[in-house]
Amino acid sequence: MASNSESLGRVLTVALALCVVCSVVVSTAAVVLKPQQEANKTRDLKRNILMAADLYDPAQSVEEQFQRVTTRVIHVDSGKYADHIDATSFDQRAAAKDPAMSKAVPADGDIAKIMRRSDYALVYLVNDADQRLEKVILPVHGYGLWSTLYGFVALEADLSTIAGLGFYEHGETPGLGGEVDNPRWKALWEGKQAFRDGDVAISVIKGTVNPDSARAAWQVDGLSGATLTSKGVHNLVRFWLGQDGFAPFLSNLRQGEV
Amino acid sequence: MDIRDTLLKPIFKNNPIALQILGVCSALAVTSSLKVTVVMCIALTLVTAFSNLFISSIRRFIPSSIRIIVQMTIIASLVIVVDQILKAVAYDISKQLSVFVGLIITNCIVMGRAEAYAMKNPPLPSFLDGIGNGLGYSFVLLVIATVRELLGSGKLFGVEILPLVTEGGWYTPNGLLLLPPSAFFLIGLLIWAIRSWKKDQVESPEFVIAKHTAVEEGA
Repeated sequence: MASNSESLGRVLTVALALCVVCSVVVSTAAVVLKPQQEANKTRDLKRNILMAADLYDPAQSVEEQFQRVTTRVIHVDSGKYADHIDATSFDQRAAAKDPAMSKAVPADGDIAKIMRRSDYALVYLVNDADQRLEKVILPVHGYGLWSTLYGFVALEADLSTIAGLGFYEHGETPGLGGEVDNPRWKALWEGKQAFRDGDVAISVIKGTVNPDSARAAWQVDGLSGATLTSKGVHNLVRFWLGQDGFAPFLSNLRQGEV
Repeated sequence: MDIRDTLLKPIFKNNPIALQILGVCSALAVTSSLKVTVVMCIALTLVTAFSNLFISSIRRFIPSSIRIIVQMTIIASLVIVVDQILKAVAYDISKQLSVFVGLIITNCIVMGRAEAYAMKNPPLPSFLDGIGNGLGYSFVLLVIATVRELLGSGKLFGVEILPLVTEGGWYTPNGLLLLPPSAFFLIGLLIWAIRSWKKDQVESPEFVIAKHTAVEEGA
């Protein structure tokens, strides 16, 4: 019996049978559950977009609330819509890695430390009941202390007042840099001005903003104990609102010609 | 072997983390909040129980030359299935657990129980042994997670218990407890507590320091 179960034929049969059974089980699980997983992923992304724009109401379904949002792809450098790319399947992170779809950011201008920037980007437009633009939500990312932070910045219809900011993926220290998720800190961004005389002016400062200061409208408190994460957020917001980011698109939008 | 014994012994008498010192890595990583910990405990208990069950039911057919690979294949398949299910039904939690569900594959408890118990015992006791060890692991993780979440962020299951200074309360959270190393201290304290209670778990010293002797003249 013992010698029989150790024979070469036996070993191969057991290994083969086991592999077939296990692979069938694993692939069945993957195939059956895939649609639900994809739905979860999109729902999560949509929820984060709504949350960044301060539009999210947990009592209502995400899909229903997201109907107000139009997703468009833009060509970043020209700031024009690029409708030849399908917004539902466009993957900005994959595009940023594809040499044909992206460009290297020159080292001196790469304040967000993203190395490569996709030529195309997604923008989310929120219209009010009269089909007038209410909010614009822009995807942003950049390096903090340990990790790349991925999130959204939302602007009001004047395209300068910040409506909200939120990150949906980061690996900053819990309790310190991780406080970028703190609702009270995120609330500080609402109502701040992003631009001054056409230039990006929003900044995250060290310490607390003096409300009497002339520049208070362009400043946000830094996170205490998280100087480098605060600096990262400062840089990434400035990068994406700047000339290498969404500035051309925003100026087109302001003049009503996209 | 008594069924009750198989199921309950691993919780205090033969705890996988406290006595066998297995599976400590995930105990550090996932215990900063209770919600995530509970899901991890359920996932690990299920994987250990079912891998024990399947391995035990085919134990007579497994050639001993490839037994470790066979065990790994079964464990890995189960873990992938659990991970897929989590992604489908509990997406938020699976995002927080990230790689740690996948790392159950390398969790020494699963492998250790398969090799030490399931290869030698019939399916039903093996299944119970898996559940029991899962419970033993869960017991330690839940204790650590309770301490870490309560003192680290003033909450339990995400519900505020101690109002934080940053939210206008009085409690200054201990940031260290949110970081993985704090679990080391807590596990250490827990092992100390269990071994003071159950003295038979104390290991005998591996060596005894020899008595100091003076150097002899001319040596």
